[in-house]
Amino acid sequence: MHSIIKASIAALATTATLATGASAASHALSGDLKIFLDTSNPAPRATMEAMIAEFQGMHPELNIETTVIDREAYKTQIRNFLTAGAPDVATWYAANRMTPYVKAGLFEDVSDLWAEPEIADNLASTKGAMTIDGKQWGVPYTYYQWGVYYRKDIYEELGIGEPANWEEMLSNCEKMVASGRACYTIGTKFLWTAGGWFDYINMRTNGFDFHMALGRGEVKWTDDRVRATFANWRKLIDMGGFVANHQTYSWQEALPFMVNGEAGAYLMGNFAVAPLREAGLSDDQLDFHQFPPINPDVALAEDAPTDTFHIPANAANKDNARAFLRFVVSAGVQTTINNGENLGQLPVNATASVDDDKFLNEGFTMLSSNSPGGVAQFFDRDYPAEMASEAMQGFQEFMVLPDNLDDILNRLDKVQERVYK
Amino acid sequence: MTSAALPQAHPDRGGRGWYRRNEIAITPWLFLAPAILFFMVYVIIPIFQSFNISLYDWDGLGEARFIGLGNYSELLDDRAFEVSLWNNFKWLLLYLLAIPAGLFIALFLNQTVTGIRLYKSLFFFPFVISQVVVGLVFTWFYDPTFGLLNTILGVFGLGPVNVLGDPTLVTYGIIAAGLWPQTAYCMILYLTGLNAVDPEQVEAARLDGAKGWKMLWFIIIPQLKPATFIAFVVTIIGALRSFDLISIMTNGGPFGTSRVLSFYMFEKALSEYGFRMGYGAAIAVVLFLIMLCFIAYFLWSMYREEKGGR
Repeated sequence: MHSIIKASIAALATTATLATGASAASHALSGDLKIFLDTSNPAPRATMEAMIAEFQGMHPELNIETTVIDREAYKTQIRNFLTAGAPDVATWYAANRMTPYVKAGLFEDVSDLWAEPEIADNLASTKGAMTIDGKQWGVPYTYYQWGVYYRKDIYEELGIGEPANWEEMLSNCEKMVASGRACYTIGTKFLWTAGGWFDYINMRTNGFDFHMALGRGEVKWTDDRVRATFANWRKLIDMGGFVANHQTYSWQEALPFMVNGEAGAYLMGNFAVAPLREAGLSDDQLDFHQFPPINPDVALAEDAPTDTFHIPANAANKDNARAFLRFVVSAGVQTTINNGENLGQLPVNATASVDDDKFLNEGFTMLSSNSPGGVAQFFDRDYPAEMASEAMQGFQEFMVLPDNLDDILNRLDKVQERVYK
Repeated sequence: MTSAALPQAHPDRGGRGWYRRNEIAITPWLFLAPAILFFMVYVIIPIFQSFNISLYDWDGLGEARFIGLGNYSELLDDRAFEVSLWNNFKWLLLYLLAIPAGLFIALFLNQTVTGIRLYKSLFFFPFVISQVVVGLVFTWFYDPTFGLLNTILGVFGLGPVNVLGDPTLVTYGIIAAGLWPQTAYCMILYLTGLNAVDPEQVEAARLDGAKGWKMLWFIIIPQLKPATFIAFVVTIIGALRSFDLISIMTNGGPFGTSRVLSFYMFEKALSEYGFRMGYGAAIAVVLFLIMLCFIAYFLWSMYREEKGGR
């Protein structure tokens, strides 16, 4: 593993110097650069550290100080360190997740970076997710697709294939339930997994624009169109499509159902592939398909959460930080850090190449050519935090007790009134 | 003689300063000062700050907006708050079961047989391990697919129960997990208390014909009063600190039915999606008022004890 990273970093060293060319080599940076990372899992951590080491190699005069903070703890600590003792570069998430910090003036406006042709031309696809009030507040470094990961061998055994539309998805599920399995595994203990199902069913029933309008509080939760989304969802719940007792499991604890063949598929982000492979599923058994259309009149839209780098407004070395952000999004670095040995996700730079991995390729094709409706981040990143937490709790309740729907929607209307006032 | 009386009549003008003159009155306060300082900074002042924050609408970052009692009136028709409040009362009430349970285990273990020290340590074991481990052990015990509880129920032909996934059972399930270490704690308190029981009184009672329940109720338990008081205090505190078990076992779920006030406050003010500092502070104030009842009772009974002792 390490030798592979080293080899690819070595390869990257040449490409990066070639790609960024004169600008990087001509004026070496000096001074300090303080970087805070939330990439605390072993593999992403190693990737980030190797990437920073590479940057250090390019600028030997620069004194880089890296702090890796536990991913969950980071989400609360960021509020403290952005106001007092700010680093020069910090990781975070795109879209609405950055709104509180942008509104409080804690993130630096980096629209100037986005005006540079190298970024403007190559990162256009994620520009929307980084924009608030017409300005850009950071750069993305990786993103990944969501979709249905399924057990190809079980589908073949039951004589069913990838569903082309909602009716097929439902009839597939009926066959799956008849064989004594659940169609979809899910663990809703930490609530957000249910948000993925709502994202997809709502975007397929009412479309991307409606989904975002609901997120902006322009539509009531008791609206008939939202009810239509829940009615579609309920079809799967009522036929026993989801594993029982999902409210007790985390998303990881829901994986064994799929590995053991007790459930046929999993609506998840691409990060689920690694543990499924580690659990022994080969690429012949595991496959991926896009969530099928429900309402043929709405354009397909996808969830693709984007992870980002930002410069805190209180940073001390903003020029060095800008140079680092340019380095991170350059094609060579993007190719390396997102390949299968490292993050195993999709590069944000259009001229970077996607690693030769079945799921990454399918995801890349899907997001670049088959998502005309738009690309959403994820329920809890697109919707305001407070609305998202109440809604996801409601989704969990709906999945366990679908009859409580009216009560749940009325409650969400009340929360909506308060959140958007 | 006259020369010796002089200094008393004319107090030394240069040597005896203000401190010397007031030494007796000042010194205790000097010794108390560090404790008072830290108690003020970390306990008393934050209490008033919480009261203050609870009157604002504040996300912890931007401008705080004064809304008077707005947060409290919102609490009144917040159903999640109501559920948490009721759960707090369930915890307070059912957690007290640890006291009689601990007493009976202590009575049972208070005998001299070979290896009794080993049995005592085994009973005390759950209190030694971390609450997080207790939570995990019980989560697996309750697990609907492979948990021991459902395996046992299956032997008797009873259907599988998902204790931690059922909104009506979940709080009781977590309380049961909490009672396991708490019973052990009460047991150890009573075991020490039983050592101090006066054998002469027991002997005298026996001569008067007391035995069994009467002996326990009229002779033993009154002598265990100090132990009972401490057991009561630590159990009430334990019930109000039930945060860690809930966080580990259910994360407040399913759909918020196992939350208590401390957990709800954390979710509203400090968790990933929270940051309603004012609302969280209002919940904290309510929790503080509940605690205040107990604190007042504890202080009062300790005060009475000391007066009685003199």
